Amino acid sequence: MKRRTFIQQTSAASALIGLGGLTLSSFDTKKTKRITILHTNDVHSHIDPFGPNDVRNANKGGVARRASLVESIRSINPNTLLLDAGDIFQGTPYFNYYGGELEFKLMSMLKYDLATIGNHDFDNGIDGLYAQLPNANFDFVSANYDFKNTVLDTHVKPYKVFIKDDVRIGIFGLGIELDGLVGKKLRKETVYNYPVEIAQDMSRILKEDEACDLVICLSHLGYYYKNSPETISDLVLARKTKDIDLIIGGHTHTFLPKPTIEKNAIGKNVLVNQVGCYGLYLGKVDFYLETNKEKKADGVTIIV
Amino acid sequence: MGLIISSCKQDYSTTRIVGKRLTISDSLATNPEIEAYIKPYREKVNRDLDSILAYAAETYSKSDGKLNTAIGNFMADAVFEMSNPVFQKRTNKFIDMVLLNHGGIRSIISKGNITSRTAYKIMPFDNSVYVIPMKGQQIKDMLSFLAKKKRAHPISKLKLTLSEDYSIKDALINDEAIDYEKTYHVATNDYLYNGGSNMHFFKSKDTVYDLNYKIRNLLIDYFKKIDTLQPSIDDRFIQIKTIKNET
Repeated sequence: MKRRTFIQQTSAASALIGLGGLTLSSFDTKKTKRITILHTNDVHSHIDPFGPNDVRNANKGGVARRASLVESIRSINPNTLLLDAGDIFQGTPYFNYYGGELEFKLMSMLKYDLATIGNHDFDNGIDGLYAQLPNANFDFVSANYDFKNTVLDTHVKPYKVFIKDDVRIGIFGLGIELDGLVGKKLRKETVYNYPVEIAQDMSRILKEDEACDLVICLSHLGYYYKNSPETISDLVLARKTKDIDLIIGGHTHTFLPKPTIEKNAIGKNVLVNQVGCYGLYLGKVDFYLETNKEKKADGVTIIV
Repeated sequence: MGLIISSCKQDYSTTRIVGKRLTISDSLATNPEIEAYIKPYREKVNRDLDSILAYAAETYSKSDGKLNTAIGNFMADAVFEMSNPVFQKRTNKFIDMVLLNHGGIRSIISKGNITSRTAYKIMPFDNSVYVIPMKGQQIKDMLSFLAKKKRAHPISKLKLTLSEDYSIKDALINDEAIDYEKTYHVATNDYLYNGGSNMHFFKSKDTVYDLNYKIRNLLIDYFKKIDTLQPSIDDRFIQIKTIKNET
């Protein structure tokens, strides 16, 4: 019963940000495309649900339940992408026993489309991550880790473009500073590059060269660092870039009840979302698009 | 050459975005295919984690004891007993003492059967044994840290006695007076070596030795070796109190 109350409260508190004079009926036309983005982060090897006696997360989570939910959403809208923002590894004995094999195999069964790399994904070393790649039927993206002198060279691309119902969706990845988080012995010759300029480049490439209709950043930078606001984070990234529609984050295990709406460098809205950790939640962002020919009004209505 | 790229402009514009968070709760159906796939992995892990390795004679908690605890003594002694032969084989040197941190004991050991799960509970982190060559000032800093913190940080082969005012009364390594000219090899873990729990005295210019031996695996190996776990509080780290005779 608690859950029901919660949903009601959320919808009551929904923010409606509108710029255009659109009516709901304008979405019913056939020309309107709908792209559903589903996402997880920091699942940390949580494959089984929490037990009934767990103090904080009783009866929550579980990959087999997430699978049902994803399946039902895909059956409603086949134009769905399922993404993960990193730290897939480490947190239960499944990782200690199988080194991430089961995590990747299950994500493949759930038909994950793309993931980025979190600091804990280096926990068995870069070789340990490389060894598990054959179990992943999905790609990894990272634009600011340079893997040139490592085994991951050519296995991790800066970005990937998906085409769903003729809509082009460009997704690039960003990883956190490894110094102090991942020992040299584990990361080997992986080079971390400061993400802001890279994100600016990526969004330009995806928007202009790749002509993407949607640009998504899959980030493991962390949501925001209150005590160190200058440290690069998803909110800071959102403010310093343009042309990004959605930043899906991780690392800080931030439980956002709804996506944050932030203004980018040119005053446009960017959505920043993160769903805590351990597979307790699934994030869902639906984009409705119209052809530029059909479009009747400027502006985007955001309902969160 | 000769290729005409029709348009580099987007064909579609976003008109509406709807974001929401979905809870993974027990009201959702369990996907039977996924569940069946996980099952053998789960059974293997559980079988392994729940197989009985030893027996705990009592329940041991890190809050039982003042400057040393039975569970801490067991952990530090196990680190010494299991890593010393490894260190000796690799370097021809001996571990002189062990220092861990009280906060690193993450669970109690309950009276009864000890399994691998017990080791995962006490030590969920993947830290491994580091051996640090330390001398003179570093050893002094370590001792004054222990005296100042007044916490039951687990130690082995070190005997530290504090006076009533918590000053160091006596300190022995391996039952001998400390020689501040000598290099001692102190076993700890990589977390503490890297400044965890503020144990900054570990930082060393000398080569440190990473035994690549996870503390958790070490505990499992130790449990396999013993039959009954029966550690006790002893006099390795104590404070001497003067008892005034009432007249």
